Amino acid sequence: MLSCKEATRLMSQAQDRNLGLAERVQLEMHLAICKGCRNFSEQMAFLRKACRAWLDRERRLRDGES
Amino acid sequence: MIAFARMQLRDTALAEDAVQEALAAALDGIDRFSGASAMKTWVFGILRNKIVDGIRQQARSTPASAFAADDEGLDQAFEALFKENAHWHPVARPAAWGDPEETLREKGFWAVFETCLEHLPANTARVFMLREVMELDTDEICAELEISAGNCHVILHRARAALRGCLEQGWFAGEKPC
Repeated sequence: MLSCKEATRLMSQAQDRNLGLAERVQLEMHLAICKGCRNFSEQMAFLRKACRAWLDRERRLRDGES
Repeated sequence: MIAFARMQLRDTALAEDAVQEALAAALDGIDRFSGASAMKTWVFGILRNKIVDGIRQQARSTPASAFAADDEGLDQAFEALFKENAHWHPVARPAAWGDPEETLREKGFWAVFETCLEHLPANTARVFMLREVMELDTDEICAELEISAGNCHVILHRARAALRGCLEQGWFAGEKPC
């Protein structure tokens, strides 16, 4: 059974590479029973979204639209 | 533009150079553009390349060991979130952050976000920025910075965990300004 610490490493790597089948199964099983890691997983997706939005903001600020 | 470049490069002089070169290139090509908007997109594209070039330059003079020294503090903070069995410590367990769209519309959030980015150690921040802001894939980053894929994953995990912790403390758990 995956520990939370190991799960965070897989959740981070999932942002950068395709996880293998075994990794995905382990992670899904862990997430099914761990609310803290489900939140962590959503937060990884949020960080990506925020970085993209930050870049867009920078572009818009330069254009003087906001 | 300079603030943006400086955030990625962590070096004011390099950031100013990158912006200056991007603007100079834009002036050279000014006749080729019919609208201001097309040109702005183009300038930003040049700036992006200049920033990636700058980070590559910096990486050449950064020994791999610098990452380890840089980030000892972050790793300790991360380890402290877990119990001995490597599961979340009850007080450190990540909480739900609510509606992301709403958060991204809040002006105050962006001030916290930028402060948290600034708090990342320089080398870690550069790798994170290349991945998440410049949108290079990890293979490209490994090649550019001459680090192993394993090392790259470790650095990105460290950066994300640190940024996550900083945002949780600075925005999601803290008192929000009205």
